[in-house]
Amino acid sequence: MSTPADLRQASPATVAAVTRGRTRRNRRRRIVIGILVVLIGAMVAVSLMVGRTFYPPGDVLKVILGQDVQGATFTVGRLRLPRTCLAVLAGASFGLGGVTFQTMLRNPLASPDIIGISTGASAAAAVAIITLGLSGSAVSVFAITAGLGVALMVYLLAYQDGVSGIRLILIGIGIAAMMNSIVSYVLSTAGQWDLQEALRWLTGSLNGVRWEETVTVLITMIVLVPVLFLGSRDLTVLQLGDDTASALGVRVDRTRLLVVVCAVGLIAFATSATGPIAFLAFLAGPIAARLAGPGHSLLLPSALVGALLVLLADFAGQYAFGTRFPVGVVTGVLGAPYLIYLIVRANRAGGSL
Amino acid sequence: MTTEHQLTAENLSLGYKDRTVIEGLELAVAPGRVTAIVGANACGKSTLLRSMSRLLSPRAGQVLLDGKEVHKLPAKELARTLGLLPQSPLAPEGITVSDLVGRGRHPHQGVFSRWSVADDTAVAAALEATHTVELADRAVDELSGGQRQRVWIAMALAQETDLLLLDEPTTFLDVQHQVEVLDLLTDLNRSRGTTVVMVLHDLNLAARYCDHLVAIAGGKVHAAGRPCEVLTEDTVRAVFGLDSKVIIDPTSGGPLMLPIGRHHMVA
Repeated sequence: MSTPADLRQASPATVAAVTRGRTRRNRRRRIVIGILVVLIGAMVAVSLMVGRTFYPPGDVLKVILGQDVQGATFTVGRLRLPRTCLAVLAGASFGLGGVTFQTMLRNPLASPDIIGISTGASAAAAVAIITLGLSGSAVSVFAITAGLGVALMVYLLAYQDGVSGIRLILIGIGIAAMMNSIVSYVLSTAGQWDLQEALRWLTGSLNGVRWEETVTVLITMIVLVPVLFLGSRDLTVLQLGDDTASALGVRVDRTRLLVVVCAVGLIAFATSATGPIAFLAFLAGPIAARLAGPGHSLLLPSALVGALLVLLADFAGQYAFGTRFPVGVVTGVLGAPYLIYLIVRANRAGGSL
Repeated sequence: MTTEHQLTAENLSLGYKDRTVIEGLELAVAPGRVTAIVGANACGKSTLLRSMSRLLSPRAGQVLLDGKEVHKLPAKELARTLGLLPQSPLAPEGITVSDLVGRGRHPHQGVFSRWSVADDTAVAAALEATHTVELADRAVDELSGGQRQRVWIAMALAQETDLLLLDEPTTFLDVQHQVEVLDLLTDLNRSRGTTVVMVLHDLNLAARYCDHLVAIAGGKVHAAGRPCEVLTEDTVRAVFGLDSKVIIDPTSGGPLMLPIGRHHMVA
């Protein structure tokens, strides 16, 4: 091995090759993001136009612009529009919350719906609505408090000379089971509730969405998403391990606290609106990682994948089968086999996101 | 040559929970030199390194970089001067070599700043220095242990720090890769003037490659100085509890330690 004159110098050819490689990977990421945005746009349009009655784009546009169209004003304006908007917002929230946890804990199984955070928020929302008869922002407060409480509880129970991912996941699964039994109990006390409503708190549903809920989720996102994105670079560096991240100038504890609060906030508010849409937080990150490639922040791709999944699953749940299924049933059917696949693979190779 | 930074530990005590590992340790890292830290397992050499790079807060005493406490410096500012390669860093699944090396640029980038020519140049220089240019677009998880270690060192190089701490950079490597890594660190020290501090297992390689050898025992610096002063039969007995014979290394003229063990006698 020869001693280079100055290790800080690089040959122009190498610099060009590095730049080329980086540009190529960035391009793939940008193309994936572009395609996802187009698909979401298309699905939004389809969700607004197609249903039991078809309304042409012109009618839909008029309704959005506030004009009165016979029939469409109610169906599109009051039913389909809030539902579609919430599908996008909740899907993005779940995708963001999920990928944040998965990246931070370096394990796809560590998503908030597996480790009990969504279930905790859901249990709190169910208690607030069904048992206590609350509504509106009071429900959201309950949900986010419970979400943070469960996150803290899982963290503290898993803490033993630092947090190990596997221990945290196992404890989280236990807590999720407890929270699920709370939901079941609350639902059993509310006999007059119909199955559709009950399913909201078990698997998540977009049925009977009102603007009020959509706006709450939107405001949460406007507040929390920028904060989360500010931490996104630090979060990517955190994947290299706490020691390496810290050596690279990341304040590990502060970053972790910041992104956990944002992620739990997003999950909890979305959950209080739609219920815990099954496996969505869990699915969005890994799918986004496969599509966009490794090496960069997965926040934006996961948010888009989450939104697209909810739009697709909700549309399929409503119209693809004889009966109308809530969105969570469809995502659950997709998610469960993927969970098994991941567990099998993790057993073989000990993989991460 | 780069500006020479003073890294010192004063009356440093470190520990985990109820266990004290380092107590009242004094150390001044020789600027612009290669320092190797040796000692028995669990003597606190890695703990010391973690504390010097701020990963562990001291129980008492302090670590000073140019007279300022490292634990009070802004994280990114410190990371532009002082780099650390931990013993087992984690590579995200599927990440390419050049993306991983690029993570070393983190302390030089702001939240909103874009990837710059300086970043690409630093990555390219780090790849060239570690002879990993041809691996640039490969996934890190496909590489062999020796290649992977060179890539991690490349990441630390891309950080462009004047001080570089490495925790057992040669562990798990075959002997030819161990020598390759140590040669590389020597290159780095000679061409950039980077101050290198590394924890090493192999006493003989440590003595061969460092300018300054520090032996830790009982939570303190047992001996420190030039390898020929430190690596003696007495030090080996005191630090490792091992009888040995120290001879002159025919290649370097430095000390070479031969362990004796129970089944052999000194002629």
